[in-house]
Amino acid sequence: MKARFVLRASTPWWRGPLLVGAAALLTILISAIMIRWAGGAPIPAVRYMFISPLQSRFGFTESLLSATPLVFTGAAVAIAFRAGYWNIGAEGQLLAGTIGATWVGLHAESLPRIVGVPLILLAGMLFGALWALTPALLRTRLGIDEVVTTLLLNPVALLIITGLLNGPWRNSESGFPDSDVIADSTKLWIVWPNTRVHFGLALGVVVIGLCWWFVGKMSGGLKLRAVGLAPNAARIAGLPVERTLLITALASGGIAGLGGASEIAGVAHQLTTGISNNFGYTGVIVATLAALSFVGALLVALMFGVITVGSFSASRALEIPSQIGQLVQAVLLITVVCALVIQKYRVVWTIKRSEGRK
Amino acid sequence: MIDVTEEIISSSLRIATPLALAALGELVTEKSGVLNLGVEGIMYGSAFVGIATAAQTGSLTAGLVAALVSGALAGLIFAFATVTLGVNQHVAGLGLTLLMISLCNTANRIIFTADGGQVRVDPWQPLNFGGPIFSQYWLTYATFLIAVPFVWWLLWKSGLGLKIRAVGENPEAADVAGIGVAKTRYTAIIIGSLFMALGGAFITLAFVGTFTVNIINGRGWVALALVIFGRWTIGRLLIGAALFSLVNAGQLQLRLLPSFADVPFEILLALPFLAVIVGLAISGRNVPYPGAYLKPYKRL
Repeated sequence: MKARFVLRASTPWWRGPLLVGAAALLTILISAIMIRWAGGAPIPAVRYMFISPLQSRFGFTESLLSATPLVFTGAAVAIAFRAGYWNIGAEGQLLAGTIGATWVGLHAESLPRIVGVPLILLAGMLFGALWALTPALLRTRLGIDEVVTTLLLNPVALLIITGLLNGPWRNSESGFPDSDVIADSTKLWIVWPNTRVHFGLALGVVVIGLCWWFVGKMSGGLKLRAVGLAPNAARIAGLPVERTLLITALASGGIAGLGGASEIAGVAHQLTTGISNNFGYTGVIVATLAALSFVGALLVALMFGVITVGSFSASRALEIPSQIGQLVQAVLLITVVCALVIQKYRVVWTIKRSEGRK
Repeated sequence: MIDVTEEIISSSLRIATPLALAALGELVTEKSGVLNLGVEGIMYGSAFVGIATAAQTGSLTAGLVAALVSGALAGLIFAFATVTLGVNQHVAGLGLTLLMISLCNTANRIIFTADGGQVRVDPWQPLNFGGPIFSQYWLTYATFLIAVPFVWWLLWKSGLGLKIRAVGENPEAADVAGIGVAKTRYTAIIIGSLFMALGGAFITLAFVGTFTVNIINGRGWVALALVIFGRWTIGRLLIGAALFSLVNAGQLQLRLLPSFADVPFEILLALPFLAVIVGLAISGRNVPYPGAYLKPYKRL
């Protein structure tokens, strides 16, 4: 018996949702097996992870907080991928953004908040774009694959943060390798009273809206999509392919950097080596699961916020590793991506008759 | 001065071993037209599975075998997604990397670090044939004396290598000539994953003897860069690995100098990564990508 995948002539509408649902179930099953192995009870754990954050006000607002950086990185990755620019450096660009933001935050003591907040956000955006500049120039000027260069710069950004925190930015009170707390004038406003949900989330939603509007409605966005879908055709049609890629790459880096600034100014208020919980890499998962749609990325980011908070509360309540949250996200990525392809095929089983041929 | 030079060359060989192994694996994979961004994750997985098995069984050999099995399994998942289904290779590879890292971190937590411990084994010791340069782990000797010539023979002298290169350049023509494209790509991906797994296992079973979070730390990405830097040839790939390792070994020595005491060592640690990017900028222009690079093949 041999299985062969044959392209379907037409796909019934229900196959997509059905297979994605199956992928989600498979993901839950795999996480249940891991939870069982960790010595926890799977059913309460699954309830903790996926449902309980939505049942309390605290869980819900903490989920929004956890989703905030993913909104930025999801949008950053989606806009780059839409243009066919494989920016896998959102992690490094977000980290660069935290460096810029912290630098402003540590030096903005005397400013009023109305100046300090835009300044810290701008610094994060600039540093993120700057971190994206080298790979973008190498790609557009010399034709060097951006996948490798953006990936390689991720560990470099983390090393620079570690260096800063062990050196000039070491905490002046505790002596620990985390920075001093940033000036009050640069801290973001809390938008939901008595919670930790901050202005960064609103900003993220605005960024999503702007991306959706620009890529979907503006002529520049049309160019961006054309470059992503068929770069050679776009070049022949006279579109400035290289310039479009360069600008998209910088925008992508800027958005990721803004996400870094939002983390520093909104919730952490100081730089630590653990400032990014894999936000940049998770952004690739978010954007992919959203099929590179910006509104979709917002929804997936919110869902991942729930899973993150859920895995921490499951971890506390049932003593299972909180790392399971990231595992669930990675498994979900692979199963859903496979499901989306499988829906377009049907499996044909053939029985090999000819035994003479080998 | 001689001592320092010998020391630098000796530690370069050590540093180059996992990179060369992973880059050879990536080379075999990419020659079949498939980019495997799972290289970082496969190394991470084999590093963990290797040491976990070695710690449980008390046998480093068992650890190595388990690491290879984990690499082959990961390669099989990746091959199913990219070859059979034709999923986007960037997404599938990165997904595999994230999967392996989170899986191993979770397992590490469950088995070893839940009560504050850490997995440890007595790693392989260097075999001394005289002088620091010839005092290396057996896997280092095996890499440069066996694996390198083997991959060269495999890709450019063997029948399988001809098939791999054919499906990587022009899968339609290869299919017409009766070469099974899917089967050949599966084979190339799994052979490649085995080499990546060897590289990962080397780090825990020989180099450090323990497992910590983030242990691969971008080595897989460096291996990817080396393949491009090497323009898909073994000679240039090894030159790239040597350059990276020399910069890396050099910065380790620099750190010991009093005049560098004030330079944060993290900046020196970042140097090798920057060196790779500079190397790519110099020699990565107009590189001859395999003809069917990133393109899934479906007979319609």
